[in-house]
Amino acid sequence: MDTNLLVFFLFALAAVVGAAGVPMSKNIFWSAMGLLSALIGVGGLYVLLSADFIAVTQLLVYIGGVLVLIIFAVMLTSQIKEIEVSNQNVGLVSGAILFVATGTTLSFVAIWAPWKIAEQPSHETTAAIGNGLLGTWLLPFEVTSVVLLATLIGAIVVARKEIKED
Amino acid sequence: MMGHLSLSHFLVVGGLLFCFGLMTVLTRRNAVAMLMGIELILNGANVNLVAFNHYVAGGLSGQIFALFVIVLAAAEAAVGLAIILAIYQMLRSIDTGNIASMKQ
Repeated sequence: MDTNLLVFFLFALAAVVGAAGVPMSKNIFWSAMGLLSALIGVGGLYVLLSADFIAVTQLLVYIGGVLVLIIFAVMLTSQIKEIEVSNQNVGLVSGAILFVATGTTLSFVAIWAPWKIAEQPSHETTAAIGNGLLGTWLLPFEVTSVVLLATLIGAIVVARKEIKED
Repeated sequence: MMGHLSLSHFLVVGGLLFCFGLMTVLTRRNAVAMLMGIELILNGANVNLVAFNHYVAGGLSGQIFALFVIVLAAAEAAVGLAIILAIYQMLRSIDTGNIASMKQ
């Protein structure tokens, strides 16, 4: 077993176990911790796929941004100690059936489909991504900045407390 | 399949992440937990995009697409959590079964 495979199984285990914790844990705070483990595992997989820039972005945006936001929301909205209230499950049996159905289908396709594998796997791409974002993909890049501005304003307008005049 | 690291390994992990995300979205009553499920689904899709880019397509397009997915997921999480906080301020609950005041 070569080193790559070993590292892969380490990160894949972190990702899958963490992801399993999100729907199954009793307390919603442990769901958030499971999400943390899943995001770190996926970041490691990106490094194995020689997508170094995506891996760093995953760390910065997902773990540094989205996850902290989610944990803030968890702290602000739910009484974590009341386990039954904080993270109720409905239809876990039908959820498990759905999981088995989609999981086996996707795994079957992933393993047995005849993918056309390229001869030359890609190498590290940070410099090329920088050039691409200012060249070929300039328009979506700029549109993304407008989307982010709209998100910023929208989130503030929705979440603030309204001050009534009278 | 077990000998070398191949495309199938990554696709199976991506598929499992997607399934767990789907299960979270469908079974949780808590709105924040449902948002976590959406993040899991987007991560599964991202793993697939980057894996196909590495093993099949080559070049950059898959990674650029994954980058945009990450950015839009962050935007979606910010707006979604803002809406959830607004609902919580109004109704003191984020259980999706209780939030039915828009029904009438």
